[in-house]
Order: sequence, then C-alpha cells, then structure tokens
Amino acid sequence: MNAMKDTVTESPQAGAPEAKARGRTAKGTVFDRTFEALCFGAATLLLTALGGLIVSLAIGGWPAFKAFGFHFFISAEWDPVQEVYGASGAIVGTLVTAALALLFALPFAFGIAIFLVELCPVRLRRPIGTAVELLAGIPSIVYGMWGLFVFAPWFAKHVQLPAMMAAPPGSIWETLTAGVPNGANILSASLILAIMILPFIAATMRELLFTIPPAVRESAYGLGSTTFEVIRKVSVPYVRSGAVGAIMLGLGRALGETMAVTFIIGNAHGFPTSIFASGATIASTIANEFAEATGELHTASLIALGLVLFIITFAVLALARLLIGRQAHA
Amino acid sequence: MSAGKPRLSRRLSEFGFLAFCWAATGVALIALVAILWSLFRQGIGGLNADVFTKSTPAPGSQGGLLNAILGSVMMCAVAMAGATAVGVLAGTWLSEFAKDGRYGKVVRFLNDVLLSAPSILIGLFVYELMVRPMRGFSGYAGAMALALLAIPVIVRTTEDVLRLQPVSLREASVALGAPVWKTTIAVIWKAAQGGMLTGALLAFARISGETAPLLFTSLNNQFLSLNLAKPTANLPVVIFQFALSAYDDWRRLAWAGAMLIAMAVLAVTIIARLTTREPKRS
Repeated sequence: MNAMKDTVTESPQAGAPEAKARGRTAKGTVFDRTFEALCFGAATLLLTALGGLIVSLAIGGWPAFKAFGFHFFISAEWDPVQEVYGASGAIVGTLVTAALALLFALPFAFGIAIFLVELCPVRLRRPIGTAVELLAGIPSIVYGMWGLFVFAPWFAKHVQLPAMMAAPPGSIWETLTAGVPNGANILSASLILAIMILPFIAATMRELLFTIPPAVRESAYGLGSTTFEVIRKVSVPYVRSGAVGAIMLGLGRALGETMAVTFIIGNAHGFPTSIFASGATIASTIANEFAEATGELHTASLIALGLVLFIITFAVLALARLLIGRQAHA
Repeated sequence: MSAGKPRLSRRLSEFGFLAFCWAATGVALIALVAILWSLFRQGIGGLNADVFTKSTPAPGSQGGLLNAILGSVMMCAVAMAGATAVGVLAGTWLSEFAKDGRYGKVVRFLNDVLLSAPSILIGLFVYELMVRPMRGFSGYAGAMALALLAIPVIVRTTEDVLRLQPVSLREASVALGAPVWKTTIAVIWKAAQGGMLTGALLAFARISGETAPLLFTSLNNQFLSLNLAKPTANLPVVIFQFALSAYDDWRRLAWAGAMLIAMAVLAVTIIARLTTREPKRS
C-alpha cells in the first residue's frame, strides 16, 4: 500500500523532460500541495474539536472544582437553592443504569449476532439485519416518549407492582424494590437503554463473527461439533478481544445516552438505594437543568459533571476501539 | 451404547442455545414493531394540515409544528453543508495521504471516539464555544453542534469507500498525466460517490433526531423565524417540551412530531442501506 502511494504522489514530478510538460507538472504540484494541505487541515480540525471539547469542559467546570474540591465527587447533595453541588448521585446513577443495561442487552445482542451469522436463512439475512439496524436508527427522543407513555405504565403494572408485593417485609428485597409504582425508575430506564444499545452491540458482533475464516468453523463442524460447540469453543475464542470491544462500545453508548433516560428515570437527585427508585444520570441532569441553570456555580457544576462523563466515556470508548482495532487488523 | 447420554445432553444444549438465538432476534423485532406501532397509533391522530401550516401554539389553542420543522430543516441543511465539506476532506486525507502513518492513526482513532461520544457533551462544548461568547442562543450554534456530530460519520464512511477503490484506478489516471488532486477529485471521488452519499445520508439520519445538543445551543422559538442568528425552533426540542407538558393538545403534537421524525430517519436509513450493496468493511 505504501509503495503504491509513493508512485502516485511522485509520478507527476518524475521524468518530464519537455518544458511544456514541466510547466504543467509544476502547476500540478502547487495544486497538489494545496489540496493535501486542505485535507490535512480538515483532519486536524477533528483533532482540534476533541481537544477543544476537553479544554472547554475543563475551563467551564473549573469554578465548581475550585469551590467544592474533591468533595464534588463524593457528595450526593445537589441543591441549587443552597448552591451546594455534589456529583456522586449522578455518577452512580450513570454507572448503575449503564451496567444494568449492558447486563440485559448482552445475551440478546449475542444471540442476534449468532442468529444472523449462523442460523438465519440467507434470504432473510438482509431484511432482519436491516430491521435490527432500524432499531439503532430510531431517535433517542422517540425511545423516551415510548418509554414514558407506553413502556412505563406497562412496567409499573406488570413488573414493579408484583415485585413490590412479593417482597417480604423487612428483607433486603423490600429495600431494593422500594419506590413509587409509576414505572419511571432506574430499572425501567436501564431496560430502555438495553433496547437502545442492543443493535449496536449486535451489529459489531456480527461483523466480528464474519471475520472468522470459514475453514476454521467448517473444520470444527467437520469434527462433528454442534453449532453450540462451534460457537462456544471456536467462534467466541476467535473473536474474544473484539467482542469485549463491542461490549465496551455499547457501554459507552449507554453511559452517554441522554434523552430517553431523561424521560424515564424520574429525575431525582441523591444516592439511589433501590432499583425502583427515581434517579438521575449525568446526562439527564445536564439535559434537565442546563438551559435553566440559576447561577454561575450551577452552570459550572453541570459542566464539571459533563467533564466527568467525558472522562468515563472516553476511557471506555478508547479501550473499545483498541480492542476492536486489534481484532480487525489481526 | 454408552455414548447415548452425552449425545442427549449435547442435543439439549444445542436445542436450548438455538432456541435462545431465535428468541433474542424475536425480542428485538418485537421491540421494533411495538415502538413503531404505538408511534403510528398515537401519531396519526395528531396529524393534520395544521401541523404543516401553523406555528407551535400556546396551550389550549390551535397550532402546528411549522416553525419547528422549518428550523430543523434549516439547521440540518447548514450542518450538513459544513460537515460534508470538512468530513469528505478529512476522510480523503486519511485514505489518500495519511495511510498508515502515525498521525493518521491518531486522527482515525480520535474520529472513532468522537463517533460515539455522548451528544450532550458536544452541546456543552458548543455552548462554551459559541453561545457564551456571543451572549445568546442561536440557530448557528445548533447547526454547529449538529455538524460536529455528523463529521465523524462522514469521515469514517468516506475513508472506507475511498480505500475500496483499486490502486490501478489511481495509477491509470496519473499515467494519463493528471496530478494527484485531479485524480482524487475527478476519478476517485467520482468512483466512490455512491458510498460517500450513503455516508452523508447516515450522518443526516443521525443528526435529524438529535435533541440533547440542541437543548442549550439553538434553544427554542415560539414563532416562525428564518433568522438562524436568533434562537431557533426545532422539532426534537419542541417534542421534548410538549411531551413532558400537562396539556393534551401539546402531547398530541409531540406524538405527531415524533412520528414525523422517526419516519424521516427510518426512510433515510433504509434508502442508505438499499444503496449499499454489501456492507463490507476493510
């Protein structure tokens, strides 16, 4: 590839003895330089955007870090009236919803990917694959409305109430399932999130499974393995690091997802103690309060929350890309 | 027949596993159908001529979504124009000039990170970058946020489709005496334009439903306005506001708007999928 590139870029300057040809080449070189510089500038703009993102979040959030120090990360108190802000409630809410969503989505995403690669009739592969991708295409605000007006009432009636009734008084179950039975809580938010990240994980897994050379799988089948055994002992080990990357990619999505969660999580500050309690994530807090933030410190605290979210997602996404990249280039 | 027992357990686990895979796909399809179904059921009722001809109403009065639709279209158009220019050039640089160089790898990696970065953070960034210095929310700030979301998608697809073009194509063009810039623009881009269009469509599908970054960049506007330098109404934010309101007619409009957006996004996604033959990446 590199050698080819060299021939392409150098050939205009190579052997051109005639004056006329040399004139054209010189002009070509100028345009070539300009064009390359233009493309280079565009690429650098990307880098600048990401750098600017970090810098602007750090500058904007600085007053909050200065005012509360390390306490900002520990305290769960979020009180715009007293001007006291602590991030831990939102951080925990973010991590818990994302982790639960991942837990729910993972087996299903894996099942879908295997279905599409191994089981699906070839003629149905394209339509079903597209349908799963459509699930990823639905805007997050539509998920939010559907979650709040359709899913939450159903969830309250058929899951939350029975679970609360079944919990023996005084047990840990009762604490874990305490809450207002309106369907807007951490668990239902996680379920909506799970549906939203499902197609992303499934699509990446499918791509990875397609990278396995057919000969490898076929030899396992040839030895008499069942599909389950081929998947478990050949396919999964083959794509392992990439699969972890796909999972991290889904996790990154779940951590930063905003609108759907804002609709359905109930938006209550503080430390969540029950899976049926209303909560808040970093993204939902920013979405709810930023446009109406009362004071300088309120705005700064929200931006500081944003910086925390950025650091968490950046770490997760970077890890995901490294793992997937290694797989794809192997 | 001592092999009878393990064979049965193998068959059982095989059956259970396959059944689960079928069921998982079924669950995903059911979720898709359930969402679309309730969207249609609730959205069709609110859909009438007023939606496209009148601006967002005060609670209790008649109105539509005209200003929001117009605002969304304007912001998306500006965002796509900017994002396509930057995205295509950056993608070209990655595929044609950077190749496997170190800086290229860094840019590619950061682009992938930006691709899945939370959109609300892009909103915060643009707020700090444009809204705060200019002392006011504006449609341009909204368009900027949308552009920043669209660029990584375009960069990625552009690079992918350009890399698929055979080297012999480039060599043929250069052998005819065309300089590299001309080869790239007139031959390589031309050959790859279908794939690049798909990338632009996917980027458009992504930004047209985005709400979070618009909440505090373009804000909202109750009135019909063509001025992007002022706060600009847009469909997603109006839906967000109206859906969480206590008024029935506002909620009806929110459902109608949600259906419009979802239809537009899904239609664009399907078109983009149909225009690509085989979704194969390098």
